Amino acid sequence: MSALRIRDVWKRYGHLPVLKGIDLDIDNGEFTILVGPSGCGKSTLLNIIAGLDSASQGTVEIGGRSMDDVASKDRNIAMVFQSYALYPSMTVRQNMTFGMECRQVPKRQQIEAVDRVARLLQIEALLDRKPSQLSGGQRQRVAMGRALVRDPLLFLFDEPLSNLDAKLRVEMRMEIKLLHARLGSTIVYVTHDQIEAMTLATRIAVMHQGEVQQFADPDTVYNRPANMFVARFMGAPPMNTLPARLEAENGRLWAVLGDGAVRLPAPATPGGMSDVGREVVLGIRPECIAEQDRRFDSDPASTLLLDIPVEMTEPTGAETIVLLRLAGDKALGRVSPDIRLRAGSIARFAVDTRKICLFDPQTEQLIT
Amino acid sequence: MPRHLARATIYFVLVLLAVAYLVPLAVVALNSVRSTEDILQTSLIGLPRTLVWANFSRTWSSYCIAEHCAGIRPYFLNSLEMTIPATIVSTLLGTLNGYSLALWRFRGDVWVFGVITLGVFLPEQMKLVPWVIVLRDLGLFNTIEGLVLIHIVQGLSFTTLFCRNYYTSIPIDLLKAARIDGAGFFRIFWRIILPLSPPILIVTVIWQFTGIWNEYLYGVTFSAGEQQPITAALIALSAHVSEAPNYGEQSAAVLLAAAPTLLVYLFGGRYFLRGLTSGAVK
Repeated sequence: MSALRIRDVWKRYGHLPVLKGIDLDIDNGEFTILVGPSGCGKSTLLNIIAGLDSASQGTVEIGGRSMDDVASKDRNIAMVFQSYALYPSMTVRQNMTFGMECRQVPKRQQIEAVDRVARLLQIEALLDRKPSQLSGGQRQRVAMGRALVRDPLLFLFDEPLSNLDAKLRVEMRMEIKLLHARLGSTIVYVTHDQIEAMTLATRIAVMHQGEVQQFADPDTVYNRPANMFVARFMGAPPMNTLPARLEAENGRLWAVLGDGAVRLPAPATPGGMSDVGREVVLGIRPECIAEQDRRFDSDPASTLLLDIPVEMTEPTGAETIVLLRLAGDKALGRVSPDIRLRAGSIARFAVDTRKICLFDPQTEQLIT
Repeated sequence: MPRHLARATIYFVLVLLAVAYLVPLAVVALNSVRSTEDILQTSLIGLPRTLVWANFSRTWSSYCIAEHCAGIRPYFLNSLEMTIPATIVSTLLGTLNGYSLALWRFRGDVWVFGVITLGVFLPEQMKLVPWVIVLRDLGLFNTIEGLVLIHIVQGLSFTTLFCRNYYTSIPIDLLKAARIDGAGFFRIFWRIILPLSPPILIVTVIWQFTGIWNEYLYGVTFSAGEQQPITAALIALSAHVSEAPNYGEQSAAVLLAAAPTLLVYLFGGRYFLRGLTSGAVK
């Protein structure tokens, strides 16, 4: 069953559209992440789902029921905010029961719900404290607890981890994932952090300039980005995008970079041999360019060896990022951490040709 | 040591100014326990030869003001009857106004706020005639209730301004969370906003109390005789000075009239300063 259905949702401020016809279908139990740079409209969309903001046009259905003229409180949703939005004058317990109190849930049931969630999140010891007496991580937990006591159709998360320090963020990220696996709840989660999107989501909606660029599972978004924006936004460091031309040789297509010095086997295009001579943008992930003895696949044909000039190296500890000059254009590669390449030298690299993407330079859409 | 010299100069000037500001209070306080003969024989400025506490009891309950010999007590009570309800009501309405203007944005809210705060800048004299008409038509001329109404309406400009500016520092997410939790306009106000409000409530209560208590123009214009607040009555009292000066009793009356606001300042002053500079959520 569709837990959330969004149809042609527009939002305009005056004449300025910030959402341009959003369509999304989210199934029960899915962990959907809306990801995009700031200003892409993801938070506005979340507020429209929550009923905190109204769409200029279009419909939202939650659990098969139209949400036209349904107030936030009657949508059977729970929300976790970036600022946590804990009520400062109430204790943790009161924060968690406030919603049930508003809905006139019997006292006994309130106590049971708080106990259950407090145990789940291990915040039993904090129940009588005020938010000002909690650390950032504890506040985050309480904010989740306040959402969990409701047992709603839909959980909405608005950048819930972005106020935590890096270490705590990774911890909480894992915990949220475990929680989702355990409870099987339907979650719509907004973030600008593509790592959060990749690690948490069952499906990712990449948004940019008020439009959904791609709505697919993390592997598809990463390996077959729908367009060049998605290719560059997802992944750190981002996918290399290099101008190329398609040529035929030995009965198959090759992508020729620069003046012909570098030739990479191109994936089959829908146009086939009629695409010979076509200008394209070749996309290749940095991890597909590695040290020469790396093998990506048992099939040796998927690996191509290339001599490429090294401009700079960035050892990160876990790996070394190399800045290369590939047929005149800058490209990034990722090699083993112990490899030290001299800037200005030419080194031999193994290139994984299976995951090469081709984009149309005009429309920026994925060709194949 | 030029730095020490500079510091000494600053303190010298500050002390001088403080003394200058306190001299009138000191003179009135000293005269309130001097006999009128003592004052007439020596000078208006001087230490009491003997302490005459009776000045206070006489001025409180038997001194004659405008042919009416009941002391300042009835006027003092008038002022309380006027100031307390006007302070409470204008503060409560101000918090409600500020809450809706700051946190429930609606079409034209900026204009509504602008018109309300315009009242802060309108001089009292300008509003005299309109108020005459309003009080006459409502049948509230020369009543305490009339003055209460005036001070509530006039006070709204300030209380709304104070509260609205304070509430804008409340994160809007708090309201969103409460709306999803199912709380409405008034429940959010009572349960979430009002508990965050003590600093600004103290500021507006002190501001309104001192302002309304000390107000004079409307007091003399819209009330007469036994309906007057104490500020207006004090003038009637000093009108007799030329005939029979009673400096001792008059000083005691002035001191009694100033006592409530002085007490409010002594006990609430530091909260006032703290509240003006604090935000809603730590």
